[in-house]
Amino acid sequence: MQQIINFFLRNKVFLLYLFLMFLSVVFTIQSHSYHKSRFINSANFLTGGIYNSVNDVQSFFNLRHQNKLLQEENNYLKSILYNSQAELNNVYDSTQFREKYKLTPARIIKNSYALSNNVLTLNKGKKDSIKQDFGVITSKGILGIVDNTSNRFATVLSILNTNIKISAQLKNTNHFGSLGWDTKSPNIVQLTEIPKIAVLKKGDTIITSGRSIIFPKGIKIGTIENFELDDAENFYTIQVKLFNDMTNIEHVYIIENKDKEEINSLLSDE
Amino acid sequence: MNSILLSYSLRFLLLVLVQVILLNHINFLGNINPYLYVIFICLFQVNNNRSLFLFLSFLLGLSIDLFSDSGGVHAAASVTIAFIRPVVLKFCFGSIYEHQTIKFKNVDFGAKIIYFTIMVFIHHFILFSLEIFTLSKILLVLEKTLFSGIFTILLCIVTSIIFSRKN
Repeated sequence: MQQIINFFLRNKVFLLYLFLMFLSVVFTIQSHSYHKSRFINSANFLTGGIYNSVNDVQSFFNLRHQNKLLQEENNYLKSILYNSQAELNNVYDSTQFREKYKLTPARIIKNSYALSNNVLTLNKGKKDSIKQDFGVITSKGILGIVDNTSNRFATVLSILNTNIKISAQLKNTNHFGSLGWDTKSPNIVQLTEIPKIAVLKKGDTIITSGRSIIFPKGIKIGTIENFELDDAENFYTIQVKLFNDMTNIEHVYIIENKDKEEINSLLSDE
Repeated sequence: MNSILLSYSLRFLLLVLVQVILLNHINFLGNINPYLYVIFICLFQVNNNRSLFLFLSFLLGLSIDLFSDSGGVHAAASVTIAFIRPVVLKFCFGSIYEHQTIKFKNVDFGAKIIYFTIMVFIHHFILFSLEIFTLSKILLVLEKTLFSGIFTILLCIVTSIIFSRKN
């Protein structure tokens, strides 16, 4: 017994090192697996608070650009509105016509695009009824999926993250595949598993497929930059150029699918 | 003793804030960032309580991780260089270290650069291997280690020169 205690005392530094190393490796592995609840994330009140106050200052210098983006979006929405005047005369009774998706505006207080697993932080959280697995989009295209939430903040797994896959399809046809990222460039993501039979052209638009319950169908993602068959020559791997400039984003929308629980309960029965 | 404690806590907080607010967003040439907080571990006083030193390094790394949502990669890298620091010190400074009288202010400049280089490269190699986490991308790890490492070493040397004049 004495010897065992002596052994521990003699090697206490080494043992402490092993313990701390083990702890950090556990945290690391957790961060590499999708949707493990973790302690180490920037959605807590301390880091969120600091990022929020820093962002208050930073966002001031970006006002002109963000105004331009918002104006472009307004322009697009107005053009839809005025071109469909006739349909608007029908009055929807909101007690009978239930909206399927609820959108919440939010602001990015920490952006990240240079790592291999990028996580963003938003200034909306549980208080604004934001939960895990809500989709996040900007005015130009998709951005990511909500991961952890605290009372006032939420972290988002960006599409520039090797841990998530998003279902996407071609706009012209209904061939769909999954969207991932190879960590090389923050403008280009990869769409894989598009069957060989699909007809592709450079410049074609890629949209979300609506096959997952996170994003509605038809949100723009990007255009085809380049494509080639994979090694087995059965599927295409497409390089997609994003509409979003991932290095400069600020105002985003969080999408909640109100049918999600119903669909999930159906799926879990099987 | 109190002033030492105060100066180290201030240094700790300042380095964490500078790292997460400023340096993590430099993204020079796309994705090259310096990790200046390593200097805290490099320039910690030598005749210390080793367990406390290990623990502080872990805490420093973990705070950076907390801000950058990177799991525990910074913590792992920091703890490792804190653990092997005595060996590196012995290798770089030899006899001065043996007598426990080392003062980073007045050591040989060349030896100091070698010391920073070894510490920073080990730290960055562990950091990026854990961050990327695939053996097949070992070249990317080495590339990032080299470029970020050079950036960090330069910044460390500049910082240590600027702040040692004052004392």
